[in-house]
Amino acid sequence: MGGGASNPVIRLVGVEKALGGQPVLNGINLEIARGKLTTVIGRSGGGKSVLLKHMIRLLKPDRGQVLVDGVDITRLGPRELNEVRKKFAMLFQGAALFDSLTVFENVAFPLREKTKLKEAEIEGKVLEMLDQVGLTGMGHKFPAELSGGMRKRAGLARALVMGPEIILFDEPTTGLDPLLARTIHDLIVETQRKFGFTAVMVSHEIPEVFGISDYVAMLLDGVIVEMAPPDEFQRTRHPAVREFINVGPRSEAAASGVGKEAQ
Amino acid sequence: MLTAVATRVGRRTLALIQEMGRMMLFLIGTFAWMARPPFRFMQVLKQIHFIGVKSLFVIVLTGSFTGMVLGLQGYYSLRKFGAEGLLGSAVALSLIRELGPVLSALMVTGRAGSAITAEIGIMRITEQIDALQTMAVSPMQYLIAPKLLASILIMPLLASIFDVIGIYGGHLVGVELLGVSSGSYTGSMESSVEWKDVYGGMLKSLSFGLIMAWICTYKGYHTTMSAEGLGQATTDAVVLSSVLVLIWDYFLTSVLL
Repeated sequence: MGGGASNPVIRLVGVEKALGGQPVLNGINLEIARGKLTTVIGRSGGGKSVLLKHMIRLLKPDRGQVLVDGVDITRLGPRELNEVRKKFAMLFQGAALFDSLTVFENVAFPLREKTKLKEAEIEGKVLEMLDQVGLTGMGHKFPAELSGGMRKRAGLARALVMGPEIILFDEPTTGLDPLLARTIHDLIVETQRKFGFTAVMVSHEIPEVFGISDYVAMLLDGVIVEMAPPDEFQRTRHPAVREFINVGPRSEAAASGVGKEAQ
Repeated sequence: MLTAVATRVGRRTLALIQEMGRMMLFLIGTFAWMARPPFRFMQVLKQIHFIGVKSLFVIVLTGSFTGMVLGLQGYYSLRKFGAEGLLGSAVALSLIRELGPVLSALMVTGRAGSAITAEIGIMRITEQIDALQTMAVSPMQYLIAPKLLASILIMPLLASIFDVIGIYGGHLVGVELLGVSSGSYTGSMESSVEWKDVYGGMLKSLSFGLIMAWICTYKGYHTTMSAEGLGQATTDAVVLSSVLVLIWDYFLTSVLL
């Protein structure tokens, strides 16, 4: 299951994980291509988020390896792990903004923690980032005062501000209406093209993900059953994948409109 | 049948030992991160404000009434032996050695401990703790260590305030209401309270501060991913901290005596 990546940033080899006695991942083999947007699709509760969390070792596999630039992160001590994590940023499902801090402080947080920039430089960077994601003038608000979409934007700003090499997106559009989902997708693609980071997204927004991804992978029963560029992926012969991406004849009609199941 | 019972008991025991081991590792980990730079003075100050300053009202209130009831009870007990003059000594010693540290720890557990568990638990459920980790910031260092340190620092101070207010409460009832002479109240107190008593009380409340913050942060950090789990964690944290404070109090007293 190469996916055509000659120099993968992240490589998962035979990753297995059981949670609460239930097997979730049953030997994942996956390569993430550098500078591309790879989307993992699959059923709700099928372990997509679990898979994503293994890439940054929020979860540790029971068996198998997770290689980031050739380094097996499952064996690192806390200090080395933090060095590897500096390459990453992650946008969580609920954005995971710190609710005791304002939007500005949230976006400034990684800069204040991990760089020695002066306060004026931090302010410049944060305001620029907030502009980028369309949150100009919202810096003083607390996360609780924002709508779901705005929180996602703030989370994206916080992910982008350190200029990471890799960004992980955990269902970035879940819980948003179709129009908002589209603007978030556009924002991800736009920033990905602009900054050139490697993006890994888990989603079940079909068919939108085909339009924005460089590669699409399908997680089924704890293994990656198919991985290909979107047009090739849509021509797959794998029966379960075909069933998942064309759920009944109604999806033809739905696909022509903006609306798609918004969860 | 017998094997089933044995299996169940064995499994429970193993689970308990495992949990105790995890809690110990959590504490050791927190101290290890505490010793490592960057040192987070602002976070510690914030926690001192939250755990200490915001508990002042409840400490003053409970302290004054505890002292007043001690004055009342002490007076009627001591009068049987014609020893009302020792009231000051009785009130001060009970407060400084025992009631000040224990009651202030229980009050702070109820007020701040439950809030600590809930705060950390919500951060766990909403993935804010994961977010800290992805930003290469240790949650142990950023979240847990400041709370632990603040609690250890502030608990002896709160207990001292409790003691002082309580002694004045006892004075109010004993001297102003029941007519013990003010001189014998303070005089008996001065002659009987030793440095050892004060020191023992401080040591107690210091260790209670550690127990409270340890249990409450641990329970929040290991909350299961649901609202029900969070409620359970908060209850567990308050009950377990209170029980441990009382048990530890017995052992510490027997050593200090």
